[in-house]
Amino acid sequence: MDLIEWFKDRRKNGRLTKEQRQREIADGLWTKCVSCAALHYTKDFQLNWCVCPACGHHERVGAPERIPQLVDPDSWVSTDDHLLANDPLGFNDIKSYPERLAQAREKTGLSDAIVTGLATLEGRPIALGVMDFRFMGGSMGSVVGERITRLVERATAERRAAILVCASGGARMQEGVLSLVQMARTSAALQNHRSQRQLFVSVLTNPTTGGVTASFAMLGDIILAEPKATIGFAGRRVIEQTLRQKLPEGFQTSEFLLKHGFVDRIVERAQLRPTLARILRLHGVGQVQAYRPAPQASIAQDQQ
Amino acid sequence: MELEARLDDIRRFAEENNVDVSAQLAEIEARAAELRRDLYANLPPKDILQLARNPKRPSTLDYIQLLCEEWVELHGDRLFGDDLALVGGLARLGDHPVVIMGHQKGRDTKDNIQRNFGMPQPEGYRKALRLMDHANHFQLPIIALIDTPGAHAGVDAEQRGQGEAIARNLQHMFSYEVPILCAVIGEGGSGGALAIGVGNRMLMFEYAVYSVISPDSCSVILWRDKKHIEQAANALKITARDLKQLGIVDEIIPEPPGGAHRDPQRAAANLKEALLRHLDELLTLDGPTRRTQRYEKFRAMARFQEI
Repeated sequence: MDLIEWFKDRRKNGRLTKEQRQREIADGLWTKCVSCAALHYTKDFQLNWCVCPACGHHERVGAPERIPQLVDPDSWVSTDDHLLANDPLGFNDIKSYPERLAQAREKTGLSDAIVTGLATLEGRPIALGVMDFRFMGGSMGSVVGERITRLVERATAERRAAILVCASGGARMQEGVLSLVQMARTSAALQNHRSQRQLFVSVLTNPTTGGVTASFAMLGDIILAEPKATIGFAGRRVIEQTLRQKLPEGFQTSEFLLKHGFVDRIVERAQLRPTLARILRLHGVGQVQAYRPAPQASIAQDQQ
Repeated sequence: MELEARLDDIRRFAEENNVDVSAQLAEIEARAAELRRDLYANLPPKDILQLARNPKRPSTLDYIQLLCEEWVELHGDRLFGDDLALVGGLARLGDHPVVIMGHQKGRDTKDNIQRNFGMPQPEGYRKALRLMDHANHFQLPIIALIDTPGAHAGVDAEQRGQGEAIARNLQHMFSYEVPILCAVIGEGGSGGALAIGVGNRMLMFEYAVYSVISPDSCSVILWRDKKHIEQAANALKITARDLKQLGIVDEIIPEPPGGAHRDPQRAAANLKEALLRHLDELLTLDGPTRRTQRYEKFRAMARFQEI
């Protein structure tokens, strides 16, 4: 039996749990592409940005893998990792919210669904937030909202470009309306950032949906998306239920959004860092600038 | 309600037979009113949800008629079309010219189809944005009445950028210097409600609800069936009282016994009193202060621990 058959056999006989199959990436020597089923040596796969060399499928990457792909080596300083979720509603369904949080922390080694920090990208100062879908579906509660708000406020104050890499199923319902208002809070910080003529780039990865799409994901001055990512506001199943019909092929993908004018570019993962660098450069991020006054509020301008 | 039907029977019977039972009747009526008050003072969330969704409950246009002395409805987003699920225009509230807008549910089946059950398309939110820009430009206070099951979910809405439309509103509402008053009058359905819900003040009717997800969908997602709507309604903390405690809502507007649909005039009078009071307060501040106040208000809306 050759190695590939041995892997097939292991799967067919159900000797691999879902967890184990996921672990093939972290611990296993080999990684199987979920799209075309090609097997790759895990180290090669990771060196290829977790993109399948055979079919180009962009495998989901967690925040700890994503950050080194984007920032200059040794430039990363994480911020606000000391903020932890509370259980403001005392939420209980089949499991309690604190139980779900504990499980997610155990599974991912992260403290919540976003990692934020300061870094440089080709020497230019950035404030970077990277969401991690493995942590409760990348859902946005108070901690995600607070970390983004603080990050953007800091970016504004220190004249850094803000970059948010999105991966989220939407608001975290276990925090009720407190999770909903995080959409407004993050948008507020970005409005301030924008009013100071500071750049914000959002990067949409698979999947970006719900409340995240309806807030900071769509507020980028520049919006980039990875190929074939699912991006949308309403969930596919919700729409299918409303319409009682199957949805068209390619609906709610990066390509769909590009076609309808809602993202600027689709960028392959290997090109993400150079593309971001070019965008920062063309906006003069980090350069000493000629004096450009921040715009006054519209009312004041109108009165002049 | 049963008691009321019985009372009517007795009244009719007494009239037919020329018997004077008015004293007893008055007593029973008073008792019924008291019972109703007690009953409605401690309604569980699932019953409040029913009241908030009651098809007879007044929606935005009903309140505009009752609140405002003058009213000129304005149409269209100047980009795509006119969404009848989100209405708005110029009005006079007390002495103040304002821009007032809100979600509009239908009054009957035909109207509901036209108005998409109060669920706006992206063009609805872009109409709201256009009206708010107008208000800020001409220094008119903004009043937003919230009553929607949620933003429309559909292929067309996705094609035209439902997420982008909501996000843009959230961002712009933080840039305005005019006072913004929001009131949840019925259903506050998630992002579709929040898209016109960023105000200096958030008011909420006693039997309105405001939620990140409908208890129905929450039941399906977390319990994987539709039988746990009641638990979901409890767990999500969707009532005015809960949301006041959580610091989301500033003031609860009392409703007549039995709900706003039983006496829309009185509900509107209560709402008007509160709107004018908050508006007077906000008009004493200057524009940048109002903008900062709105930012600070939302800045405080998070619950977490720092270790």
